[in-house]
Amino acid sequence: MDILRSIGITEPVIQFMLVNAILGLSIYLTLYTGMFSLANAGFMAVGAFTGVILTQEAGLPLGIGVLGGMALAGLVAIPIGLPVLRLHDIYLAIATIGFGEVVRILILNFDPLMSSITGQTVALTGGALGIKGIPKIAETWHLLLFLGIAAYCIARLHRSRFGRAMAAVRQDERVAANMGVNVVYVKNVVFILSAILAGGAGALSGHLTRIISPDGYGFDQAVQILAFAVLGGTGSIAGPIVGGIVLTGLPEVLRFASQYRGVINGLVLLLMIVYVPGGLVNPVGWARLWRRLRGPTPDA
Amino acid sequence: MNVTQQLVNAIWLGSVYSLFALGYALVFSVLGVLNLAHSAVFMWGAFIGLISVIQFGLPVWMALPVAMVGAGVIAVLLERVAFAPLRARGAPRISQLISSIGASIFLVSLAQLVFGTQPQRFPFGSIPTDAIEGLPFRVTPIQIIILVIAVVLMALLNLMVQRTRLGQRMRAVAFNQRTAGLLGINVGGIYLSTFFLAGALAGAAGVLYGLAFNSMTPFIGDAIALKGLTVIVLGGLGNIQGALVGGFVVAGLEVFSIAAGGSNYRDAIVFTLLFLILLVRPQGLLGRKEITRA
Repeated sequence: MDILRSIGITEPVIQFMLVNAILGLSIYLTLYTGMFSLANAGFMAVGAFTGVILTQEAGLPLGIGVLGGMALAGLVAIPIGLPVLRLHDIYLAIATIGFGEVVRILILNFDPLMSSITGQTVALTGGALGIKGIPKIAETWHLLLFLGIAAYCIARLHRSRFGRAMAAVRQDERVAANMGVNVVYVKNVVFILSAILAGGAGALSGHLTRIISPDGYGFDQAVQILAFAVLGGTGSIAGPIVGGIVLTGLPEVLRFASQYRGVINGLVLLLMIVYVPGGLVNPVGWARLWRRLRGPTPDA
Repeated sequence: MNVTQQLVNAIWLGSVYSLFALGYALVFSVLGVLNLAHSAVFMWGAFIGLISVIQFGLPVWMALPVAMVGAGVIAVLLERVAFAPLRARGAPRISQLISSIGASIFLVSLAQLVFGTQPQRFPFGSIPTDAIEGLPFRVTPIQIIILVIAVVLMALLNLMVQRTRLGQRMRAVAFNQRTAGLLGINVGGIYLSTFFLAGALAGAAGVLYGLAFNSMTPFIGDAIALKGLTVIVLGGLGNIQGALVGGFVVAGLEVFSIAAGGSNYRDAIVFTLLFLILLVRPQGLLGRKEITRA
């Protein structure tokens, strides 16, 4: 632990690494099924605000708050997923960016909107300032447990009939449909599962940061979540977990170069996708890069 | 609500949006990829224009060509670094989207280092800000200049794409890259000129935006990035005329929703529209139906 702390990895950083690993897993699910969705930041916001309101306003324990956040994020995913998942690659990405922004703006204006509908003063989300003074009640072992359960469930899912259907939908939707896979059903269930995971990560992170505001869940956050999965690699469950941990730890380790952090972050993302397309957890890609760097062998 | 005034506002703001979105649409139509670093190029254009006036003492009108060339060069470098290697490998379009996001983060962070995060402005008195008198609505000379420049640039681009050899080649590559290559068109060169043009348009839009609001930070690209996305979706991705119309529609929606007292929901209205267009008419308002549906 001392070695970690000396390079800037303190316990709060480890907690955020775990949160981001869960977020990486949530987008991994949709990517694994061939859906390029950027809605996870929006679902994270739904989870965070629901969770915090449940524990702070209703005085419920953290567990209920997290479950509530997961449930609401999953419920929101149903009406969004049904129409939107008919779209593909860039169109789906843009539509889900739009969804994320609408969620952000709705949370921003939730209080006046609700006040005008119910006729009473509602003060739940706190507008642009967000909710302040949230006690830090999420512990590292909560996060570890959540991540462990999520990873275990996804690993089991991969080996199941449904998991093979997910892979089939990614590889070719039409072929999958001809083989009897209910493509619409698979896509929507995966989208909902992904939203539930993002909602859980949001609810947990809301109890780590002491303050949550809608601006923390915008386009930047959506891109960041995508970066976890891309950097780590989407070939296996380990990829997004490693990606979330590395990408969270990197700015802290690079603190000595604090003013260059953004520049280095951008470069890492750019160079990774160009030169190591399979991500960090991808032995084949590394071997190929090694061969390329070593240059052509003399006898070849 | 003064409808004429709002219309005037919508028209000059829309011209900046259209100019910005044209670059998006141009790259998408020729390469089929979404360049999310376009807004970073826009921001760099604005700063290059500003720096050429503040540091090098150029007159304000010179800021525009300087910024266009500078932003064009940045866009060309972008294509070489972030797009060309992936295309050569035949990587999926999504990887190009992600590499452009990486490039965008890099460019914005670099601008923070170079220019700082404090808002900067053109020197006082270099931009005429007094409204023209004797009109039933309020409009400043600079707003008219912005509108005129934007319209001229858009007309030139349209002419170039429709009437010149370069435009013809660009359309050929957009239609089918492989066939165009077999017919002797230098496809790599067309990609470079497309990026240069898109960058120059973004640079021009950046300077005009800077002149209009006269408060520049490295983050001015963030807001217009998503607006530009809405504009090109509205017009049909990769449809140049569509992007033109879309810019004015989005600006109009924005201006009128603010005037109607809904400034808090301005962006929600824009993005809900984006959402609906994608679901109901993914080919855009002016687009023709594609064979492969979105």
